[in-house]
Formats: sequence, structure tokens, C-alpha cells
Amino acid sequence: MTPLSPQPGGADVATSGCCPPQAAREPGCCFPDHPPGDDAGQPCCGGPQAPAASPMARPGYELCPFVETFLNTLAGPVPVVATRLDRRDRLGTLGARLGYGRDGYRAAPGLYAVGRPGTKDPVLVTADYKLTFDALRRELHGVDAWILVLDTRGVNVWCAAGKGTFSARETARVVTASQLPLVVSHRRLIVPQLAAPGLDAREVKRLCGFTAVFGPVRAADLPAFLRAGNRADPAMRRVTFTLGERLAVTPVEIYHARKWLWWAALAAVLASGVGPAVFSLTAAFERGAWLVAALAAGLAGGAVAVPVLLPWLPGRAFAVKGAAAGGLAGCAAVLAMAASPVPPAGGLGVAAMLLVSSGLGSFLAMNFTGSTPFTSPSGVEREMRRAMPLQAAGLAAAAVLWIASAF
Amino acid sequence: MRKMRYLSGVATIALDVGKCVGCGLCEQVCPHGVLAMADGRAAIVDRDGCMECGACVTNCPAGAVAVTPGVGCAAFILQVWLKGKARASCC
Repeated sequence: MTPLSPQPGGADVATSGCCPPQAAREPGCCFPDHPPGDDAGQPCCGGPQAPAASPMARPGYELCPFVETFLNTLAGPVPVVATRLDRRDRLGTLGARLGYGRDGYRAAPGLYAVGRPGTKDPVLVTADYKLTFDALRRELHGVDAWILVLDTRGVNVWCAAGKGTFSARETARVVTASQLPLVVSHRRLIVPQLAAPGLDAREVKRLCGFTAVFGPVRAADLPAFLRAGNRADPAMRRVTFTLGERLAVTPVEIYHARKWLWWAALAAVLASGVGPAVFSLTAAFERGAWLVAALAAGLAGGAVAVPVLLPWLPGRAFAVKGAAAGGLAGCAAVLAMAASPVPPAGGLGVAAMLLVSSGLGSFLAMNFTGSTPFTSPSGVEREMRRAMPLQAAGLAAAAVLWIASAF
Repeated sequence: MRKMRYLSGVATIALDVGKCVGCGLCEQVCPHGVLAMADGRAAIVDRDGCMECGACVTNCPAGAVAVTPGVGCAAFILQVWLKGKARASCC
């Protein structure tokens, strides 16, 4: 792999700041009297020399680490991308999955190549979210194709289609901007099936003359789709939500909830201090720990158990699944409290803890609908209208019971 | 996916078979197999599987399919309720 960008201290001897003053200079160091260019490989003062700048380096640009080389075309040089992800890609993926560095994690829109494509090879259209771009190129080992990246504002294909940024207009814009008609002799684009909510295939044809063919849902099916002459079998056209896919979208839900969960924990501790002595700091921490445990149980139930156990939890509404999972996790917290040497809460407290964990589990599970590929807005709205008043009532009842249990 | 079904009887998808020109694009773009071709015309074969993504509506050349489009995400709907449609954002 070639270096990222021009390395300082390479051959730029004249501007090198590493040399001692004239008088102290030893012969042979940096620039004595030998002509420029004669010092290749010569160690300068202080450590081994950095490698020379990549021949692909250009002033003012940073070379993306996933670019292997450039392919000369009638539309100018086109970057050829690697089909294997490296450590930096995997770190970026991890960050995006956890929620850190998710915004602005993008690949520059425009034309790329994979393998050594020619004028007859297919053009695959995709989004500029780096996670999407990586998911595509990693599946294209051994394939010669062009990749056309649209400006979807750092958003994946399906969500960008929903927002209208993965559209026929944007496709036509990038086709023109990248001078694609000079690069390929055919007039056909393979667009992801999940772009369909935002992309009208006929409009692509109208706007730029290219026929848009819907490819499979998953990039992994692309090689088979191409081999079959651009035909997708029915399974390639269906979305799935496997355990692996569910686990991949789990951390980001917790990341989004973390902000208000800290406030909830603080509120739980403060409420736990209220008692016969008006406010007791000892009670705030001793009793508060158990109410926070109930919150943690709700989090584990609603944001972890629901995604993992989704097909097996009772009910179709996510609010119901979450209440069940959160309630069950809350039972574990209650059992742990009962086993502690001096249980700080009786029956009222136990009821409050269970209400907190099932209520929070229910709310978090409801929020998980946004990460699933099968919940309809009509359905989500219906369950929200039914569940949210119950969740709010449960929270209020829990607060009353928990404070009452201190007296 | 067969084990994961959402609420029944809520999807707003509607098909006007009279307008259908039989191109089959709706069957192709639907990620849940809600629409299928039968005798050269589209038919709704799994209404409750519909997640209202709008792929069929966007790509129907005859305007034969209709659905109330939206995002099936509670966090987004909550934002719409609290801040209004214009200021709501989703992931």
C-alpha cells in the first residue's frame, strides 16, 4: 500500500529543517556540496528517511487509502479501489456502527473502478456513506466494474432513497459530472433495489439516457446477479433481518439513548434520596443504586434483548415485546436486590422497579422500529398512540411507589 | 423474515388494477413480496407485509399504486409530533 499523502522529509532537501547550522554540519549530512538528487537513500540527521511521496500524490489532495491506482480513461484518471478492507476501513466501520464518527463518514461522489473495467463493463450506482461504499467494494473481488457514487449526504442507500437524495436527478447529475458517457460504450446503470423509493427508473432514462436496472438488495448478490445477465432470483429481491443484521444495528440505538439515560439515572438517584428525613444522601445512593439497576435492566431488555430475540418475543407491537423483555430483566434486578444483605425496598419498591424496567424496555423497543426493515409508519404510529400513554402512566406510578416505599 | 411480522390491517397500500399496465416493476422493487404479477396484472398478495416504503409508487408508470409514504421509525414520528414535520430529522 502506498502512503496516504506526500511525506515530509522525503526528497525536499532544500526546505528540510533537520540540519544543524552550517558550522556544525558534518560532511555528507543533508546538503554539503554534492548535487541535488545525489542523496537518495542517504540518512539525514535523526532517524531513517521516510519513503518518497507516492507517484499518485497531487498537491492539495489527499490520496484515499483504499485507492490502489488510477485508470486512464477518456474522462481522465479514475481511481481503482481495493476489494479488501484494511484496518482503517474496519476501524471506521466499527466507529460508525457504535455511533462515533458516523456523520461525515463519506466517500467522494463520482466515478470509481474496481478490477480493470473496460468500456463494456457494468456501472454500479451506490451511496456515498463510507459503510455502504465499503460493503459494495468488498463484494466485488474478481469483478471488473465501474462504481458511480452519488452525493447522498453521507446516508446509506435505503434511507437516502426515503429522504429523496438517492434520486433520478442526482444519478443523472453524477453521470454527467463524471463524463460517464465517455467512459462506457453501453447506456445501462445497475442501481440498488433499495433505491427504488426515491429513484424512478424511467426518469433516469429521461434525464441522462441511461437505462436503470434494479440490482439485488444485497451487494453480496451482485456477482451472481451479473453472472446471470442482470437477473435477480426472488430471494435476492427480499430484505432479511438476520441475527447478525440485528446485532449490527443494536449499538447505535444505545448510543442514541445514552444522552437522556444519564439524566434518567440522575433523576433516579435524586428521587431515591427523598424520604422521612426530607432528603438523605445515604438513601440516595443506597436505594438509588437499585433504581438505576432497574433502568439498566430496561436498557438491556429494550435495546439488547429485543433486537436479539425479536422473532421469539411475544406480540407484534414492539412496545409489547420491549415491555416483556424489560420486565423480565427487571425481575433479575429485583431478585438481586432481594438477595442483598439489607434489601432497601419492600413490595412497593419492587413494583416501582418492575414498572421502570418494563416501561423503559417498552419505549426503547419502540424506538428500535427505526432500525428494522419491516415496520410501516402507519403501524408504528398506531402502536405509539396506544403505548406512550401507558408508558407515561407507568413512569408516574413508579415515581410515586418508589418515593412511598421510603416511608 | 416470515417469523417477523408487524401489525396487521394498518398498511395504506392501495392498487387500482384498472390502471395497471402490467410492466411488473412493482413486483421487482418491493422488498417484501407484497405485490406480484398475476395474469399480466399486478396484485396485492401480502398486504400486511407492506412497510409503506413507497418503492412501488415511485416506479409505477401508470400511477396505479398508492401508499401514504413515511418512515416507520418511532423516534422520527415522535420528533414530528414534538417539533413539526419540517424540523424533524432521522438517522
